[in-house]
Amino acid sequence: MSDLTSASVPPFGPDDHVTGEGAEAILYLDLACPHCAAAWQRIRALRLRLCVRHFPVASKHPRAPALHAAAEAASRQRPEAFFELCDSIYADHGHQDDPHLWERAHRLKLDLDRFEGDRRSDAVVARVRRDFEDGIRAGITGTPAAFVNGGLISTGVPEALAATSAEE
Amino acid sequence: MIEPGTTAPEFTLSDHRGKDLSISDYRGGKVVLCFYPKDFSPVCSDQLSIYQEVKPELDAAGVTLLGISIDHSWAHRAFRESLGIEFTLLADFHPRGEVASAYGAYLPDWGTTNRSLVLIDEGGVVRWVHEAPTPVEIPGANLIFDALSATSA
Repeated sequence: MSDLTSASVPPFGPDDHVTGEGAEAILYLDLACPHCAAAWQRIRALRLRLCVRHFPVASKHPRAPALHAAAEAASRQRPEAFFELCDSIYADHGHQDDPHLWERAHRLKLDLDRFEGDRRSDAVVARVRRDFEDGIRAGITGTPAAFVNGGLISTGVPEALAATSAEE
Repeated sequence: MIEPGTTAPEFTLSDHRGKDLSISDYRGGKVVLCFYPKDFSPVCSDQLSIYQEVKPELDAAGVTLLGISIDHSWAHRAFRESLGIEFTLLADFHPRGEVASAYGAYLPDWGTTNRSLVLIDEGGVVRWVHEAPTPVEIPGANLIFDALSATSA
């Protein structure tokens, strides 16, 4: 069973999902969380080197594990497809069922059979859970949550990241 | 707030099913009492959802987490079902906050339980407590695992 005692948030790693240029920030998101959807629109417009990690809260958002597995699976075909799928899900948050994910995968020109296999694979589930457990150990208690220079930001995340971007 | 090293005050409360449960029923196992202000409030929903996500790890550590607030059993039942949580929720409803008061986890000016955690060992002794600086600050699940690690030696 996993060790969930306190630990610093892990720094950027080789299999993290990273986009953009600028000041570095780590963002933990729940793809089924409406607060995250609202924050995402604002954060995407910022100049940041942004690392996005999985934090699905399944009890509150039952579709969250499936959405995160889909984003992780998309990244296995094209790294940038991770962010394209996040954009797509947050932009049209009312459509989260499997047929909607297939439609999104089709639009992103993903291999659907591979997407289906990957998103249900143990490796993808474990990769998503790893991010979640790292977030728990770093003290996350809700989404969205961010880390800048190792410090946890739990409230006002878009504003805090806008300030981080402006300070660079 | 109750001090570590003291015997956990005995109590009996109705759970989300309306069934009476006593803290002594859990003797022989570790218990975390999770006092929280209100069913259905956004912060309390976040807190219990996060704890639900680490329930397998709590189970593996032999810990029973019991949620306690001033809400009635019927509210607990609806809250539990709406949030998809599996923890037992106890109703400190009447007299209002009596058990929370015994543990130093009641806010009389607010009329609610304070956001506090109490770890009770197998022998019924309080081993660790955490009182949130303000009721809107959620103690991370990591703090529970830190306490279990620190008190299991």
